[in-house]
Amino acid sequence: MSTHTKPQPLGGPLWTPAFKVLAAIVGVSVLLMIWRFIAGLGATTGLSDGYPWGIWIAFDVVTGTALGCGGYAMAFLVYIFNKGDYHPLMRPAVLTSALGYTMAALAINIDVGRTPYIYKIPVFPAWWNLNSVLLEVALCVMAYVAILWLELSPAFFETWEQAGSHPALKKIAGVLHPIVKKLMIPILAVGVLLPTMHQTSLGALMLLAGQKVHGLWQTPFAPLLFLISCVAMGYGVVAMESTLATSVFKRPRETRLLARMAVVPAWLVVVYLILRLGDIVLRGRMGLAFHANIQAFMFWVEMALFIGGAAMLFSPKFKDTAKGQFQASMAVVLAGAVYRMDTYLVAYNPGKNWAYFPAVPELLITVGVVALEIMAYLYIVKRYPILGGVAAAPNVRGAE
Amino acid sequence: MTVDRRTLLKGMAAAGAAAALGSAMEPATEARERRVPPPDAMGMLYDATLCIGCKTCMVACQDANGLPRDTRSSDGLYDAPDDLNSKCKNIIKLFKDGDRTSFMKAQCMHCVDPACINACMMGSLKKREHGIVTWEGERCTGCRYCGIACPYGVPKYEWEKAWPRVIKCEMCSDRIAKGQQPACCEVCPRKAVIYGKYTDLLAEAQGRLAAAPGKYEPKVFGATDGGGTQVLYLSKAGISFQDLGLPDLGETPAPDMQQTIQHSLYQGFVAPVALFAVFGAVIWRNRNASGGDGEVKP
Repeated sequence: MSTHTKPQPLGGPLWTPAFKVLAAIVGVSVLLMIWRFIAGLGATTGLSDGYPWGIWIAFDVVTGTALGCGGYAMAFLVYIFNKGDYHPLMRPAVLTSALGYTMAALAINIDVGRTPYIYKIPVFPAWWNLNSVLLEVALCVMAYVAILWLELSPAFFETWEQAGSHPALKKIAGVLHPIVKKLMIPILAVGVLLPTMHQTSLGALMLLAGQKVHGLWQTPFAPLLFLISCVAMGYGVVAMESTLATSVFKRPRETRLLARMAVVPAWLVVVYLILRLGDIVLRGRMGLAFHANIQAFMFWVEMALFIGGAAMLFSPKFKDTAKGQFQASMAVVLAGAVYRMDTYLVAYNPGKNWAYFPAVPELLITVGVVALEIMAYLYIVKRYPILGGVAAAPNVRGAE
Repeated sequence: MTVDRRTLLKGMAAAGAAAALGSAMEPATEARERRVPPPDAMGMLYDATLCIGCKTCMVACQDANGLPRDTRSSDGLYDAPDDLNSKCKNIIKLFKDGDRTSFMKAQCMHCVDPACINACMMGSLKKREHGIVTWEGERCTGCRYCGIACPYGVPKYEWEKAWPRVIKCEMCSDRIAKGQQPACCEVCPRKAVIYGKYTDLLAEAQGRLAAAPGKYEPKVFGATDGGGTQVLYLSKAGISFQDLGLPDLGETPAPDMQQTIQHSLYQGFVAPVALFAVFGAVIWRNRNASGGDGEVKP
């Protein structure tokens, strides 16, 4: 795809005021993380025996990895369906995915109570319980974090190979770059396979909770619904990220490219809605949506976001303008996020006498993890060739 | 560099390795059968018509298991757990609705097909000797999926500790190994809870029902509920098991829906390997057909 201009580092100063604010948030968050490991989960979270999982799982891990599906969604489009003209969106998508998944992995390390034992999961295959869906998620996510950084690694190698970089980095790039190049096809194939597996499994996890999950969410279709919605969210995140990077860094717009791509998540949401609503209606559960409770309310919030988001993505009024694209994409991303938070928290009912709301340190740690992710994004796009190629792209196959 | 046949062959070799791994996993991914208690299964039978709520079993349980007293709700003065928790593996509760009253003993049900065991990543929770579900600290990462999974709300967590354990009734498996009974069964002055072979207890419960049908709810809870439990319950006539806080699970084991789906997706690990092969082949073909230099640029 030689028609694309090569991605370039943005350059510019790193320690901007915004970056300093983010660093301060991360600083507070790190102190709270230390406290969490000294004082335990009870002292720092709102978790209980009734609600053993809170926002660190529901948001940081389950929603966070879905927000990190940009690389997965784009890999489908670019490598499987061979739409090479979307290539300029690929590296930024893989970067946000790598960061999203890395942060999810960090959150898991903070969330589990016996963190030092996490190493045993990959190290002791003889102990693996192959019936455990969570084991599948854990192994897949570990592997996928590595795969995403490998997919992105040429961006680092290209920089390190240049004259003037540290000799050690130059040496590393010299050894590893050819190996990664050779292995890129299996890496990319595994990179499409792994999210297919664990995003499905994230939908399957709560099946085990049976009756504890509300009837509007507890369905054997949950694995498929999670898979479809995570891909839709992936495209949404790529569009949002592109629009944001464009306006923040004053770069040429990718509006035409994104407008053409918008139908993909739109149709995915349509399929999602048919399955979701069809399943609820056919199993006679629609009545649950008309009760006066938080579950019914949140169900309609989800529906409004999914239906509204898809309608906006189909509508030329929205999809052809940068602002409209951002709004439409955000609706779909929010819809998928709320669906996940609902499945894991709102729909989960362990019985009377239990309630959950995240504690302040718990919330601040989550905010800190997101802030760290943004800092890493800013650092990498300024120092490494991630963004680029946008100007030439819309004309490559303009007639399509 | 170009993607040549060698690269593809390497990819196929990787797929082959994965397929081999898949066939090794095959025994674990067969279609789900209804589980039965192991031949050496031991259990407990709680008869609510006999219990007088003296809580002797609670004290014995704490002593036998070396549990601290739970004085959180009594200003440090009196052992008063409000439910099962990390300091209380066994609790006597009172159901009261007008004239309808009954005591209720709660502890791990030692399911025939436990949800917690399906959840557990590295087999920390397992059905071990006599079908008793026990926890092994060396294998536990503290993920708490067991707590999400258990339909009875049994596995409890030491939330106040920096190195927490999962706490639940293990039917005093250490005492059983020494030829003793679980502490609660040994001390019960009314024999409201008794310990024995699972099959004997089931026959005993059915015998009591048959001998005095008007006295009991016409059902042994645990005979089939949620695929069956090794702890069985009899309730007073007119007081349902749901009144006593037990869920209405039907006969389907809690793990069935998830495991059936998961096992069909991962049967012999064929689907993931096939997907990998297809993805790899398509990406390779696309690169070659694109007319470019064949390089895969991420």
